[in-house]
Amino acid sequence: MKLGFTEAQEAFRRDCAAWLEAQLSGPFRDIRGVMGQMAMLERRMEWEQALGRERFSAIGWPEAFGGRAATLAEQVIFAEEYARAGAPGRVGHMGIELAGPTILTFGTAEQKARFLLPIARGEEFWCQGYSEPNAGSDLANVRTRAALVETPDGPKWQVNGQKIWTSLATFAHWSFVVCRTEEGTKGHKGLSYLLVPTRQAGVTIRPIRQMNGEAEFNETFFSDALTDATHIVGAPGEGWKVAMGTLAFERGVSTLAQQMSFRNELDHLVAAAKANGAAADPTLRLRLAEAYSGLRIMRYSALRMLSNADGGELSGAAYTYKIHWATWRKKLGELVMDVLGPAGEIATGVPYHWDELQGVFFSSRSDTIYGGTNQIQRNLIAERALGLPKEPRGA
Amino acid sequence: MQFAFTEEQVLIRDTAREFFNEHATSARVRAALAAPGGYDRDLWSELLAMGWAGIAVAEAHGGSGLGWVELCLLQAEQGRRLVSSPFFTTTALAAPLLARLGTAAQQAEWLPALVTGGKQFACAVTGAAGHPGAAGITAELVAQPDGSYRLGGAADFVIHADTADTLLVVARAPGSVGAQGLSVVVVPADALGITRTPHVMLDLTRPMCRVEFAAVKVHAPSVLGTPEAAAAELETVLQLARVALAAECLGGAEHMLEMTTDYAKQRVQFGRAIGSFQAVKHRLADMMVAVEAAKSAAWYAACAATESPAELPEAAAIAKSNCADAFFNCAANGIQLHGGIGYTWDHDAHLYFKRARATGTLLGTSAWQREQLAQLMGLGNSASPPAY
Repeated sequence: MKLGFTEAQEAFRRDCAAWLEAQLSGPFRDIRGVMGQMAMLERRMEWEQALGRERFSAIGWPEAFGGRAATLAEQVIFAEEYARAGAPGRVGHMGIELAGPTILTFGTAEQKARFLLPIARGEEFWCQGYSEPNAGSDLANVRTRAALVETPDGPKWQVNGQKIWTSLATFAHWSFVVCRTEEGTKGHKGLSYLLVPTRQAGVTIRPIRQMNGEAEFNETFFSDALTDATHIVGAPGEGWKVAMGTLAFERGVSTLAQQMSFRNELDHLVAAAKANGAAADPTLRLRLAEAYSGLRIMRYSALRMLSNADGGELSGAAYTYKIHWATWRKKLGELVMDVLGPAGEIATGVPYHWDELQGVFFSSRSDTIYGGTNQIQRNLIAERALGLPKEPRGA
Repeated sequence: MQFAFTEEQVLIRDTAREFFNEHATSARVRAALAAPGGYDRDLWSELLAMGWAGIAVAEAHGGSGLGWVELCLLQAEQGRRLVSSPFFTTTALAAPLLARLGTAAQQAEWLPALVTGGKQFACAVTGAAGHPGAAGITAELVAQPDGSYRLGGAADFVIHADTADTLLVVARAPGSVGAQGLSVVVVPADALGITRTPHVMLDLTRPMCRVEFAAVKVHAPSVLGTPEAAAAELETVLQLARVALAAECLGGAEHMLEMTTDYAKQRVQFGRAIGSFQAVKHRLADMMVAVEAAKSAAWYAACAATESPAELPEAAAIAKSNCADAFFNCAANGIQLHGGIGYTWDHDAHLYFKRARATGTLLGTSAWQREQLAQLMGLGNSASPPAY
């Protein structure tokens, strides 16, 4: 075991810190510390492009695709400096952490050439087309279907159906869509993983207002939407395998980057507790310390997972990380309200505005639902990591 | 940066696991509890013969010169089998106290004997009321006109004091408070004026004594290093010891998870293995989540102990609290999921449950560790800090 960094890595750290500081006290000072999903989107898309120009956006990717082929240690260093600098939450994460790694792992050479650079440069944004009204936890129950059709522009996949909970779809250019391409199939058989442009007549996006008043989520309707016949990742019928790979990325590699925003949230909460006297409260201070412990453990676990990463295979331990951070953040949200006290019950403005800390209380309620609910996570841990008998399935 | 075991560390773990699986069977662990002194002397002799007591002692003093990760690997493996032995006291308290506070001559005198078992140490690092940390020390060291000292007062929760031949005692100068005036002295356990009273502990696997000192004569060369200046190193030793306890708790938690998972796969009710019911599955999943978090916390702290001392205070508090809590969680749920059989004396679950509870208290409860963290986070003073 070795925790330290080499002199070359420390030099890389200084370079990262210097660049981030220059940007965030210069051209991007207006979005320093902005974390919510929907705030100042235009500016944050520009920030993604600035990151892309410096190859900081997807630093672990090969250089040919806009990355720096960064080592594990360098990725850790960048994530730490990003957090330290108070850089804004990433709005390109659907492409950087999900679509991109999936295409890198399962895609053809042509797909890599077409899609990866625009993701790394912040030129094309992505959304996830997985869940449907009747395919939530039971994701394999998707009914959106696609068939190959001939068009004047050549063969195309024609997509029909409805997706839901499509985060950030309103500004995305592309969606990765799991749909049924073999008629009469059920469950995880006969599914395919398509890359579908969202800015076309056949795609309608309708925002869903969430309990926090914002509309990060959407319903996405596909009505004879078209995408090129070559825009399928993996073979037809192999979509389940590819989609599970994406979920593995969601459960795995993104955790380190995600902690950036968690750390900022906790820092702000600690500052609020010091300012209003809650820090001296014997119960609240121990809960703050427990939150700090949980955050540090997330970092230790991420380092553990990345140090043990071999070919993208997830160890049993990796199944535990999602429930750990989601439950942690839900408790943080509750702690926010206990620290803020009566003042925390007042919205910050009309019609329904709230500040970043109150936002943690709201948005954390979804953390234990999306990307696999805590209940589904427990099933996965029990069945895949502990080897307990599988749930009986309905006919 | 590589937060994973080296091949050598994996070898140490595998060797230890094999050894304790063979030699620390349930029957033998239970026999040891009833033996005089409450531990398995044959097993301890074998550990000494393998040189494990010197795992983190410098090679110059006969040790292996390895780090805290290696020591914690042995702790974790003993935690899995609930081994009752002086290993923790010897390696994680006595050895670092001697190495960090002792002069070169004192180290040369005591450490080689510690490694071979020629001297068996117990460490009185907790005051009479059980308050953890420097402020709780109640034994007193009074300087005499002739340059010697007299040791008075009492210490409690002294592990294996009844079977040790040498005591390391933390004592304070009369009238001093907090971290001021602390010294560590070496005294023969049977010195005139020392009374060792073994407790019947709820945790049967870690015998402890109350030790009282009535004007015990202490010669000046028996004070480790500089008198009344032990606080900083003592604090570091207690942090190291907490990391070692964390690793031991981790081993116990892992064992309870594995034992209970196996049981849930085998035990059939309603015509199904009980592990197929979500009510059971989800509890086991929560246990695994706690165990994996504990693993990260314990090994990070063990690594920091050797490589990154500036992180030790924080990492030790995080490791001790999370690993002790995970152990208690797994032991308690283990009893619940075993049902009636888990509540019996003959099943091992209660031994783990009690060890978990007792280790949670030892050297500071989880609340106490979090209070240390709150201080480190800059939260200022508590209106009412935890006493233990």
